[in-house]
Amino acid sequence: MGSESFRSPYTPNTDSDRRRMLDAIGVSSAAELFEDIPEEHRDPVLDLAAPLSEMELSAYARELSGMNAAPGDYACFLGAGSYRHHIPAIVRHITGRSEYMTSYTPYQPEVSQGTLQTEYEFQTLCSLLTGMDAANAGMYDGSTSLAEGALMAARITRRDRVAALDTVNPRFIEVLRTYTRSQGIAVDVVSRDSPEIGDRTAALLVQSPNFFGYMEDGGRFSELAHSKGALLVSYVDPISLGMFRPPGDYDADIAAAEGQAMGVPTTFGGPYVGIFACKERYVRQMPGRIVGKTVDTRGRTAYVLTLQTREQHIRRERATSNICTSVALIALMSTVYMASHGKHGMRRVAEACYQKSHYAASLIEELPGYSLPIEGTFFQEFVVECPLPPSEVNRRLLERGIIGGLDVSDRYRNGMLVCVTEANTREEIEGLAAALSEMGGAG
Amino acid sequence: MSGLMRELAAGRRRLLMDRSSPGRVGATLPPPDVPEQELPPDSELREDLDFPEVTESELVRYLAQLSQFNFSIDHNFYPLGSCTMKYNPKLNDEVASLPGLAQIHPLQPDDQVQGALRLMYELQGYLTEITGLAGTSLAPMAGADAELAGMLMIRAYHHERGEAWRRNVLIPDSAHGTNPASAAMSGFDVVELPSDAHGDTDLEALRASVGDDLAGLMITLPSTLGLFDSNILEVVRTVHEAGGLVYGDGANLNALLGRVKFGDLGFDVVHSNLHKTFTQPHGGGGPGAGPVIAGPTLVDYLPEPVVVRRASSDESAAYSKGRPVKSIGRMGAFHGNFGALVRAYSYISTLGREGIIQVSEDAVINANYILSELRDCFDLPYDRSCMHEVVFSARSMNRDHHVSALDVSKRLIDYGIHPPTMYFPLIVEQALMIEPTETESKETLDSFVAVMKEIAREAREEPHLLHEAPHDTPNTRVDEARAARRPELRWRRREAAEQDQGGEG
Repeated sequence: MGSESFRSPYTPNTDSDRRRMLDAIGVSSAAELFEDIPEEHRDPVLDLAAPLSEMELSAYARELSGMNAAPGDYACFLGAGSYRHHIPAIVRHITGRSEYMTSYTPYQPEVSQGTLQTEYEFQTLCSLLTGMDAANAGMYDGSTSLAEGALMAARITRRDRVAALDTVNPRFIEVLRTYTRSQGIAVDVVSRDSPEIGDRTAALLVQSPNFFGYMEDGGRFSELAHSKGALLVSYVDPISLGMFRPPGDYDADIAAAEGQAMGVPTTFGGPYVGIFACKERYVRQMPGRIVGKTVDTRGRTAYVLTLQTREQHIRRERATSNICTSVALIALMSTVYMASHGKHGMRRVAEACYQKSHYAASLIEELPGYSLPIEGTFFQEFVVECPLPPSEVNRRLLERGIIGGLDVSDRYRNGMLVCVTEANTREEIEGLAAALSEMGGAG
Repeated sequence: MSGLMRELAAGRRRLLMDRSSPGRVGATLPPPDVPEQELPPDSELREDLDFPEVTESELVRYLAQLSQFNFSIDHNFYPLGSCTMKYNPKLNDEVASLPGLAQIHPLQPDDQVQGALRLMYELQGYLTEITGLAGTSLAPMAGADAELAGMLMIRAYHHERGEAWRRNVLIPDSAHGTNPASAAMSGFDVVELPSDAHGDTDLEALRASVGDDLAGLMITLPSTLGLFDSNILEVVRTVHEAGGLVYGDGANLNALLGRVKFGDLGFDVVHSNLHKTFTQPHGGGGPGAGPVIAGPTLVDYLPEPVVVRRASSDESAAYSKGRPVKSIGRMGAFHGNFGALVRAYSYISTLGREGIIQVSEDAVINANYILSELRDCFDLPYDRSCMHEVVFSARSMNRDHHVSALDVSKRLIDYGIHPPTMYFPLIVEQALMIEPTETESKETLDSFVAVMKEIAREAREEPHLLHEAPHDTPNTRVDEARAARRPELRWRRREAAEQDQGGEG
């Protein structure tokens, strides 16, 4: 337990070290070094608890951890922007290495080639996966990638509105409003079935699979956007790209995605990694870090942060974005995930999600009182209309060890957005259907 | 080096796509266990995914070898000014990987995640207490994201009062680039504020800059010169009297822990970089986390969510995510970088009050020790005691021996030390900004001082050693201009063809 004799395991100075250093500095006490602080405000009362030892802290943290219903202990059917997929052991092993985990942003290329080359790999794999010409080294998360895509489109087209389909994740629309409001850019949420965009619209934002899990017709929206002189900003699920057509196939100008699905635990919402890719002609308008290939003084291949004149530390108030510290380590997790699954593994994961979610849908659709209100192709999520309010359904599911789907009853009557990935077993899927079936009878 | 050795060295740098061999597998999946479902029509499916095929064993070898090309805080001293590269306790990583913290889903109902919400609530409380303000939102995902949040809060405040004409934000000339970039992103016009001869805010320039159009001031305390602005109370008063608000960039909070509270100085909103002061590992450029902390004037504008506690309700649902009444909205899809929040929480809990105060004391002693030991070797543009970092200049060295701050920095690499921040702040010519942090021992500082003195000698007697440094790294200095002129931002198949013809050796 803490006491006056507390010594932090992280600060090596002893009293004797401090004495010798203060003598060298030429002051009699450390307090003298703080004398620029106005005296009346110096050394305030600091109301923090006493220090916890490693054992005490571990025990307390386990207690907090144990107060949460953890997917894994429960079957989990929540998605809606954060997804549970199996994470190969090497992801954590590689990203746990001190060399990657405790290094700084690679401003000094001679001592950062590990980070720089892996970021180059990330850019390559994201470009290949999305079918786009180029990608940056990552944004905070998918939602800010999408918002930055909208801002970039406004810069390129010099227009001041962006249109988002009403099937885009409503949280993304909220983030979009946070990012655009102060810059005089208006956000129009337009009907997916009859979208109207005008000649002031910089970009059409399309999410596919959309918030409700269903694939959008990228080609149709691409034509619409381009016919009005707007850019198509396409938000995609990276796992779905193992099987579905990528944004590059339907001429998207900017692609954004949440990289979390690839190797990153759901972690109560973060840290994640936003994927950001675009056409070649727009790379100098991209936000965020970009790694380029070059040579050193001996002609050897080297990697370096490049196009830095876009960035805040050079361009200051005229930068393409204010972003600085981003999510390099999370990008590395996704890189290792993509590399280890490779050409065929990515397809197999995607198909497993597709197969299992469709199996789940086929079971639920047959249950009395339940129906699937949306027509079309879905990937791994679908909306179920339940006989009871989803909050009540979820409460009862939790009693059976199941974390149910997201309540979307504001959009569909008693609607629940159910997500099934390859991480869900057949037993879990059938358990969900059985539990819903019991409730259907009761409802 | 022999031809074969060169070839092997180049081989270690081969990219994944050039390591790919059809038929190799890196991850296994269980066989399908559900009845086969019909796939969508081919027109919706992609023809091919051009992706690497490598085994797990090859991937680990490649990435483990590459990792050795990095310096890192576990391996090297990192006196990188304004970045606070302190030791990252391993306990924090272990806590953050507990299944009930790492595996929970952000959209689980509040009653399923009371432990996580309690942790966030307590961390909010710690940060509010440390800064002396009124409330905290943990939502921003990095320092710059928090700056954006804070400036949007200031903007919303002025708009609500019907004073949308307040468009000017004052920013000292020593500020990080993120400050003007965030102010601009928030729709403000940036007005640069000069520093005076002592490195403090120039009060006359400040008074001449404040008017009806003043929205606020963004100021880093201590400044990026490593100095505590001795005019700070007058600065805050001047801005407030003109109707502006004060944003505090907490990048350098490490110097102030337990010594002074932003709230007591009159700041309206500040942020803290958890990846600096509170030991979230830097990860080669993130993830970080940038909680934004507001005083009474702005607390209702904090970004969503803020965790609240209902004292009267039952224990199972005491904590919930709330939206401040005038919130500027969401900064990201969910609740911030929770993994980083857990680490910061663990760190603060293990230090407690005594440990936190010891941090700032040792950080400041260490920086001043370096100042006193090296003041004869390098120019000291502001000759006064510093806080957690000291800014030297290589101006005389450059003038007399044609050795620049860059050369000194690169030579440090040969001695196994990460370069300091250089050419920043912009107002110091040939700047070398050194922040040792409290987690370095006197022995480490003494050896750093010895190295810097040796480099100063080399600069006089053998300057070529500095001009050509670093010598033993996997890459010598790189051609940055070429990278920017002709951007190659990804692997392309034609490169493989060039390599086959021996273009890479």
